[in-house]
Amino acid sequence: MQIMKLDTLAQSIGEWLRGTGPESDIVMSSRVRLARNLPQYPFVSRASEQDRADIERFLRERIAMSSAGPGLESIDVGGLEEIDRQFLVERQLISREHADAQGARSVAIDKLEQVSLMINEEDHLRIQCIHSGLDLRGVWEQIKVVDEQIEQFVPYAFHPRFGYLTACPTNVGTGIRVSVMLHLPALVITRQIDKVFRSLHKISLAVRGLYGEGSQAMGDFYQISNQTTLGKSEEELVEQVGDVVPVLIDYERRAREFLVRETEQNVHDQVSRAYGILRTAQTISAEETMQLLSRVRMGVLLGLIGDVKIADINSLLVRTQPAHLQKLRGIELDTKDRNIERARYLRQHFEAGGQNVN
Amino acid sequence: MKCQQCDKQAVFHITELETGAVRELHLCEDHARVYLNQTEGGGGSADEAEDAAAAGGAAGQLGVGQTADELAALDQKACDMCGITFFEFRNQGRLGCPHDYVQFAKELEPLIVNIHGATEHTGRRPSRSPTTVETAAASGTAELTGVIGLRREMKDAIACEDYEKAKENRDAIRAIEDRWIPPARPDSQE
Repeated sequence: MQIMKLDTLAQSIGEWLRGTGPESDIVMSSRVRLARNLPQYPFVSRASEQDRADIERFLRERIAMSSAGPGLESIDVGGLEEIDRQFLVERQLISREHADAQGARSVAIDKLEQVSLMINEEDHLRIQCIHSGLDLRGVWEQIKVVDEQIEQFVPYAFHPRFGYLTACPTNVGTGIRVSVMLHLPALVITRQIDKVFRSLHKISLAVRGLYGEGSQAMGDFYQISNQTTLGKSEEELVEQVGDVVPVLIDYERRAREFLVRETEQNVHDQVSRAYGILRTAQTISAEETMQLLSRVRMGVLLGLIGDVKIADINSLLVRTQPAHLQKLRGIELDTKDRNIERARYLRQHFEAGGQNVN
Repeated sequence: MKCQQCDKQAVFHITELETGAVRELHLCEDHARVYLNQTEGGGGSADEAEDAAAAGGAAGQLGVGQTADELAALDQKACDMCGITFFEFRNQGRLGCPHDYVQFAKELEPLIVNIHGATEHTGRRPSRSPTTVETAAASGTAELTGVIGLRREMKDAIACEDYEKAKENRDAIRAIEDRWIPPARPDSQE
């Protein structure tokens, strides 16, 4: 049942990959997550196997009876094969930590894949909401409602001074992490990206790669998020991240204009070569694919490539990941065969003008 | 690269994961020795306590005016509910249960200031939670975390075949849960 369900998911893409929404040429997605815990159990890392099973069941049943319940489907992450857990990570429905954890754990997701509720990650409950483009306000309004709905049936661990209590003191208070995923190829090419990041660190913002904590930035995709969670209200923290995004968008746009103005032939050449490789390669790694898709994405936005849609590139970024490739193909493949399958998939996709994918 | 605490060349490059947050330190030999002594709870010089505190070592912050014995005693301090010691927390960077924030409040505060630059939550509150410190003792969280301790006692009682005691524990847990866990919606129960 579970695997059937995941195979159906593989045929579609999450809402956050649609490539629509404000500023979606640079802002891939906007995300907010809330960390919540039950007061009557130890935090996950100290919970026994029995505790974890009880926590999982309690939260799953209680979420189901809340008004948030009807739109959600639960997946038993602990009972999944590794490839299926990886598949959920690639879609950003669960974190890598959740995939690799031990014991009872699950995730509840909605049909649009905007809302995901991880049970027994680092905290008992992690509520996540993600939208396409720049829409932090919208994401916050949606997640606030989900949090309130669940709270009708779930007691949250809360301290009058320290706020929502979390397993790690770095999340205590609001338990909120507000983040945007940005595509910043021109800042990378013009070597301004490090300078930008240094100034972000100074104002307490963190920069991470595509798949969150500890992940490398791949294909010029970066996540910007708040670092502190206590002392400011949720709205203030949403604003703190939201305020810096227009500045980054402006930098990236200017860098793109500069590239076109000063080195158009060069950029056009780079973009065209990237596109050429993606359309003709016979074997290709996930990293190279990501890098080249990033270049092509920029090329499309600069009007240098005409026949590719942004939504298609966004979708390829996820579908050429290892677990997705294997799901789409329906068999397990080792690295070498995956690289061959990835190249085949890309060639087929571009030959058909992007029509075969859905 | 210069040492973060003086003008000498930094020769030690330390990545600190202890508090769950990754911090990079670049120190000269002397300051590295001071820092490492402190983070090991060895009661090193407290002169640099402030800088070490900024660097995120929990023990470094506690080094102010404390002897090695006091630090060792602190490390032994355990949560009444989940049993985690402060030493275990320092090692793992993860707390054991929500009650730790009450039990270790004094010790955690400098760490929380260091991470967030604040100690007062100003955001949303669950609708059932108290808004003042005074009523904290009566709050759901305070009573419900008691269940963690009771569950441990019950387990021990069963192990010792003291079923009378285990039954008492079970009844106490039920009473607290009935009082503080919102009623289930009857028509949607599985």
